[in-house]
Amino acid sequence: MQPTTTIIVRPWNAATLILRITIISLVIITGYAFTTFNTRGVDFWAGVDMLGSNFSALLLTPYLKNITFDVMVHNLFITIGLGFLTTIFGAAIALGLALLAAQNLAPRWLTIIIKGLTAFVRAVPTVLWVLIFAVSAGLGSVAAVLGMTFHSAGYLIKAYSESFEEIDNGTNEAHKASGANWLQIVFKAVLTSSATALLSWTFLRFEINFSTAIAMGAAAGAGGIGYDMFMASGFYLNLHEMGAFTYAVLAFAIVLEAGATRYKASLSK
Amino acid sequence: MHKLDFFTQKRLSFGLFVMVLIVLTYATIIFTEYNVAKGFTSIPKAVRWATANFYPDAAAIKKLPAILAKLSDTILMSVASATVASFFAFFVAIFGAQTTRINVWFSVFARGIATVFRNIDVSAWALILLFSFGQSSFTGYFALFFVTFGFMVRVLIETIDEVSTDSVEALRATGASYFAIITQSVIPSCLPQLVSWVLFMIETNIRSATLVGILTGTGIGYSFDIYYKSLNYNAASLVIVVIVISVSAIEAVSNWIRRAVL
Amino acid sequence: MPLLQIAQLSKRYGTDKYALEGIDFTVDTGEFVAIIGPSGAGKSTLLRCINHMIPMSSGDVVFADASTKSFNATQLRAHRTQIGMIFQHYNLVNRLSVIENVLHGRLGYKSTVAGVMGWYSNAEKQQAVEILQSLGLSEQMYKRCDQLSGGQKQRVGIARALIQNPKLLLCDEPIASLDPSAAKIIMDTLKDINQRLGITIIVNLHQVDVAMRYAQRIIGINSGKIVCDAAPDAITPTIIHEVYGSEAGELILDFGEQYAQA
Repeated sequence: MQPTTTIIVRPWNAATLILRITIISLVIITGYAFTTFNTRGVDFWAGVDMLGSNFSALLLTPYLKNITFDVMVHNLFITIGLGFLTTIFGAAIALGLALLAAQNLAPRWLTIIIKGLTAFVRAVPTVLWVLIFAVSAGLGSVAAVLGMTFHSAGYLIKAYSESFEEIDNGTNEAHKASGANWLQIVFKAVLTSSATALLSWTFLRFEINFSTAIAMGAAAGAGGIGYDMFMASGFYLNLHEMGAFTYAVLAFAIVLEAGATRYKASLSK
Repeated sequence: MHKLDFFTQKRLSFGLFVMVLIVLTYATIIFTEYNVAKGFTSIPKAVRWATANFYPDAAAIKKLPAILAKLSDTILMSVASATVASFFAFFVAIFGAQTTRINVWFSVFARGIATVFRNIDVSAWALILLFSFGQSSFTGYFALFFVTFGFMVRVLIETIDEVSTDSVEALRATGASYFAIITQSVIPSCLPQLVSWVLFMIETNIRSATLVGILTGTGIGYSFDIYYKSLNYNAASLVIVVIVISVSAIEAVSNWIRRAVL
Repeated sequence: MPLLQIAQLSKRYGTDKYALEGIDFTVDTGEFVAIIGPSGAGKSTLLRCINHMIPMSSGDVVFADASTKSFNATQLRAHRTQIGMIFQHYNLVNRLSVIENVLHGRLGYKSTVAGVMGWYSNAEKQQAVEILQSLGLSEQMYKRCDQLSGGQKQRVGIARALIQNPKLLLCDEPIASLDPSAAKIIMDTLKDINQRLGITIIVNLHQVDVAMRYAQRIIGINSGKIVCDAAPDAITPTIIHEVYGSEAGELILDFGEQYAQA
């Protein structure tokens, strides 16, 4: 090889090119985004300045004023209950429909229809589903449960059906060859071999639904601790009380996350 | 007593699991005072109502430019918060990951902060930040920023420890300096994953931004809220159509980029 | 002339039992030493104590007449640049090109800024090209490392070590993940480097037959202690038994076969 004056060190290829274009685009869009922000007369630096004192009021001096501790705990459990209920309902619906959405279990036309519908359901934010149901059911826990169940089912159908599709096809073939019918295959091969995957998806969705239940309390009249937070922020303007609620919510969320982490660790052992 | 065989035992424990779930569900229904009957009857009612009223009509289409302007606000805010938060999260993750940390205590601190940030729901963040930034875009921006930051620190710590441990060891053995190891090994090995996670957070943030918008009066969430509260359901349905199209489009673009770079 | 002196080296992780205890040996310039022993005996720890990838608990490593015990960070980096290291899992940055991975071997010689930016001189690039040529990798130069076979990846690892212009090569199980023909190419390459370039080599192996065929000297380790230190022709089945304990049966079988072939 001739000694060349320039030896390229980092050759270009499609992957690096697309990576760079993506990063540059994100930076440009971000820069542009800041110029479009609607300040509504709020001074950014004054806000940042206030952030410090607000955080210390929130985190260092939390106390309850308008409700008692017992009521707060009760409302926290209402929120947890809504998250739990919608996860169970969503999982029950998803379990049935995911079998019809998995490519290795159902005819192609059926999987396409179900997957298309669930993609639509997932693309609409949960809060909008809740508000849509609220028109006929009225604002409250019924609309919240229906809307959250809807979105959970859409999410879990996708997750479950992908777990089913990952199952080794050999298992199914073997059962088919032994003369098992569709239902027998589903119960003996599919559900048993994907059980742990289904459980971890469901648990993840419970974490999401707990958060969503807070948000629905705040934005869609679903009650629970989310509503208390909404009142503390918008009506009583009490950061200290907000702090107490934040700690309550944070405590349960961290317990959930730690539980999920331990469950994952026990699986990989 | 007979010792139960493996399959019977398995069936029993599964049966017990289902029983516990049913009892828990029933208890929760009573505790939350959820009206099951009303829940079931509401579904056909909602479908009937939606087919009769919830579709975009000609008058709604005239509102499209205004809706699109709000949509672009929401998308821009989602991209900006995801990008900037991920940038900061990457630095914190480098100091927090086992492979690249300088100090054990800083690592514990970084993980702790990230846990707090991501476990306060975005709606709670918005309500908290309303105290500092009022009904401006900053409230939504920082709410999305904090949640993204907390999430990204966690996944990036995992990514760094998973992808770059081996090559970091090799570069340390050549005598390379700490910062050279970061730029020559950690960044090139983690960048594709990082970008993939940023795209994921943009998708997530667009959905969250709709919710935050209802609380703070900004973006597409605010448009929906206004049409909804003024009973202009045709325009509200158009907002939904616009959201579905844009979320699907962004998801498609992200998937294409992911396939190309990973 | 001794290049490396290990004096009473001990290593203890926390308060566990000693991983290495009272290790004492000297390696002369130009030697080809194989370290054998069962898994968990402390071979990897010993190798990593030599270039301080793992800090030792007590004792000293004297390299090129300098005690390395109390080196500061800068001295440590300079120490590591003189020692190349080769790993079982190659430890390359998989997403980068072959030549870039080779040039990583020069990072130890660079200032922080040049290292962070990845600035390499033309002479360095030229040397990288020549080393790749000598290892039969010219055609792979611009490929990404994740497109290479295991044997090719290990040769890139060797190239990265060679461009350091090292006095000593530490090889940690270099052929444990390779098929027999690729393993032979790697061992022949190491032998060639030892003889042609006069670079001292210490290699951890778990295959006794390979150690016997390539090394001038074999050090056997069990439970963190040296059990034997001798030329290959002085190694008997009894000694192997002492090194490997209960695992030895199978190995002695290999050992017999090798003699039958010879």
